[in-house]
Amino acid sequence: MEQLNNIGASLDFYIFVSIALFSIGAIGVLTRKNMIVLLMCIELMLNAVNLLLVTFSTFFGNGEAQIFVFFIIVVAAAEATIGLSILIMAYRNSKSIDIEMFNKLNG
Amino acid sequence: MGKDLLLLTLISLPLIGAAINGVFGKRMPKFFVGTLATLMVFTSFLLGLTLFRGLDKTTIVHLFQVAKFDDFTLDANFQLDSLSIWMTLIITGIGSLIHLFSMGYMSHDEGYHKFFTYLNLFIFSMLLLVLGSNYFVLFFGWEGVGICSYLLIGFHYNDAEKGIANSLAARKAFIMNRIGDVGLLFALFMMLNKFHTLEFVEIGKMITASPELYTGIACAITLCLFLAATGKSAQIPLFTWLPDAMAGPTPVSALIHAATMVTAGIYLIVRSNFLFELAPTTKDIILVIGIATTVVAAFIAMRQNDIKKVLAYSTVSQLGLMFVALGMGAYTVALFHVTTHAFFKALLFLGSGSVIHAMSDEQDIRKMGGLSKLTPITHITFLIGTLAIAGFPFLSGFFSKDEILAHAWMSSPVIYGFLMIAVTMTAIYMFRLYFLVFHGSFRGGEKLKSHVHESGLSMTIPLMVLAVLSVFGGILNLPGIVFHNAGHWMSHFLESTTYGLNQIETEHMDGNQSIILMCIASVVALSVMTWAYITYVKKQAVAKEDADMNAWEKLSSNKLYIDELYQTIFVQPILWLSTTLASQFEQRVLNNGIFRLTSAIEASGNYTRKWQSGFLSSYLFWMVMGIIGFISYYIIKSTFWN
Repeated sequence: MEQLNNIGASLDFYIFVSIALFSIGAIGVLTRKNMIVLLMCIELMLNAVNLLLVTFSTFFGNGEAQIFVFFIIVVAAAEATIGLSILIMAYRNSKSIDIEMFNKLNG
Repeated sequence: MGKDLLLLTLISLPLIGAAINGVFGKRMPKFFVGTLATLMVFTSFLLGLTLFRGLDKTTIVHLFQVAKFDDFTLDANFQLDSLSIWMTLIITGIGSLIHLFSMGYMSHDEGYHKFFTYLNLFIFSMLLLVLGSNYFVLFFGWEGVGICSYLLIGFHYNDAEKGIANSLAARKAFIMNRIGDVGLLFALFMMLNKFHTLEFVEIGKMITASPELYTGIACAITLCLFLAATGKSAQIPLFTWLPDAMAGPTPVSALIHAATMVTAGIYLIVRSNFLFELAPTTKDIILVIGIATTVVAAFIAMRQNDIKKVLAYSTVSQLGLMFVALGMGAYTVALFHVTTHAFFKALLFLGSGSVIHAMSDEQDIRKMGGLSKLTPITHITFLIGTLAIAGFPFLSGFFSKDEILAHAWMSSPVIYGFLMIAVTMTAIYMFRLYFLVFHGSFRGGEKLKSHVHESGLSMTIPLMVLAVLSVFGGILNLPGIVFHNAGHWMSHFLESTTYGLNQIETEHMDGNQSIILMCIASVVALSVMTWAYITYVKKQAVAKEDADMNAWEKLSSNKLYIDELYQTIFVQPILWLSTTLASQFEQRVLNNGIFRLTSAIEASGNYTRKWQSGFLSSYLFWMVMGIIGFISYYIIKSTFWN
C-alpha cells in the first residue's frame, strides 16, 4: 500500500480523464463522416485505455501492465499505417473520404 | 502342417484367388485368370482330401474373437467333423470342375475376371458356411453366398435384350432370400437368449444334458431355422426365385443353384439335428412342405420349354425330396441325396450349358432336336445324368432316392404314394427333355444348325468326370441288404464324428421289402423311359405350342400361376401402397409442409438482410448500444439484486 501514496487521492481524476477521452473518441467514431477523423478518434480511444492501464499499473505497483501499453502503441501504429493506406486507396477509387460513400457491402 | 493350418489354408485359398482376380484380373490374360481361380479351388479340394483322410475326431479351430459381450462372445471358430468335411469335398470338388467348365463357357465374355472373382468368393463364403463351428460364422457365410448368388444371377445386367430381366431375377432372388434370412436371424437371437452361445457343440451338449428344459424354445427356433432353409433351398412358399435365377450364366446355375448353395438349407437342418429332434411339430411341417414342394415342382417341370427352367424345377423337386427325408429324421439319407444330386444335377446343368453354348445361346427346346450326332460327348453325358436322376437301376440317383422311398414306406404308405408320384413325374419330364433335345429332327433352322458344334475340352472333361461320378456315386451308401459289409458307408461316416447324428439311430430297411421297393422304382423308371421313347422318338411328338395345350398342360406351363398369385397378393398391394404414398403423402403432406417451412425461412432472410445496410457508422452505433446495454444490465443486476 506504500505505492498508493504516489498517486494518492488523484486516482479518480485519472479514471475520469480516461473515461472522458474514451467517450470523446467513441462519440467521434459514431458521429463524424470523415475517415481521417474516424482514425484519429480510434487512436484517442486506444490512448484512453493506455492511460487507464498505466494508472492502475502505478497504483498497484505492478509493472506488467506497462509492457502491455507498449504493445498497444505498436499495434496502434501498425493499425494507423494500414488504415491510412486503405484510406488512400479508397480516395483514389472514389475521390472521397466520406464514410457514407462506402456502403456497397449491404444486404 | 497341423490340421489347424491346413483348415485355415483351405478356407482362405479361394478368398486369395478372389482378391487377386478382383484387383489385378482386368490386366491379366484370360487364361491366367481362369487357371488361377480353378487351381485355388482345386488346391482347397486336395487339402480337403488330406483332412478327410486324417479325420478321427471333432476338431475346433479358434481363429479370433470377433466381439465380446457381457454374457456371450462371438468367435470366428471353425469345426472339422465328418459333416463339414463332407460338404467341403462336395463344394470344392464340384466347384473346381465347374470352374474348369467356366473357363471354356465364359471365354467370349467381357466380364471374365469378374465372373471368376465372384465364383471364388462364392466358394469362400460357402466354405465359411459349412466349416464354421457356430451359427455366427454360418450366418456370415449364409449372407456371403446370398450376395454372390445375387451378383451372379444379375451377371449380364447390361445385356441389351435381357439385361432388365436379369436384374429383376437377381432382385427377386435377393429379396426372397432376405425373407428367409429374417428367420435365421430370429433363430440366432433366440439361441443367444436361451443358451448364451452359438457354438453347435455347446448347444448340443446343453440340450443332451436336459432335453426337457428346451422343448418349447426348440420348436420356435427350429421353425425359424426352417423358414431360413425354405428361402435358401427354394421350398414352398419361397421357391419361385430359383427358376428365375436361371437368368445367370449356366455354370452358376450348376454350381450355386443346383449343387451347392441351395443345399445350404439342408446342411443347416442336419447341423441343427439336436434341435429338430426336440421339435416333432417342426419335423411334421418340414415333411408336409417337402412333399408339397416335390410334387408341385415336378408337375410344373413337365411342361416347361426352357431347357434350364426344366432343370430348375427339377432341382426344386429334388430339394423337396431331401426335405421329406429330413422331416422323417433321416438326416444322413438326405445328405446322401444331396451328394448324388450334386453329381447328376451339376452334370445336367453343365450339359445344358454345353447345349446352349452349341446352340448360340438358344434355350428353347422347341428349337432343338437331333443334337445327339452333332454333340456326341454332351449327348452321352446328358443321357447318363438323365438316367441317374430318373432312377435308372444301379446309378447313383437310384440308390439315394430308394433310401428316401424306403424311409417313406416305413413312416406311412401315403407319403410313399406322394413321393412315387413325384418320382414318376421326374422320370417323365427328364426323358421328355432328353428326347426333345437330342433326338428327332433339328427344329432350329439350317442357319443355326451350321453353327452347332461340340464344346472344347475344358467343357467336356468336367462333363465326363461328373458322368462317372453320377454312375458310381451310389457306391458311397449302398443298401445293406445287397452289400452287407460295404453297406451304408456314408451314413456311418457322417454319424462317426458329427455331433448329434451319432446319437440318432437311423433305421435302415434291410429286408425283402427293400428289394420289392427297389423293383417297383426300377419298373417305374424303365416303363416311363419306354413310354417317352415311343412318344418322342417313334411318334415324333414335339413340345406343343401354347395354343394347343389342354387345361393341365396350361397349368403346368404357366407354373400353376404361383408367380401371378404372389404378384397379386404381395407385390401389387405394396406397389399400390408406395405409389399412393408417393402421390398423396409426399405431394400433399411432405411437399406442402416442407415448402411452407422453406418459404418462411426465405422470407425471414429477406427481411433481416436489410439490416446489413453497409453504413459503417450505423454498425458502430448498434455495437456501442449493445455494449452499453450489456454493461447497464450487469450494473443494474449488481445494484438491485445483490
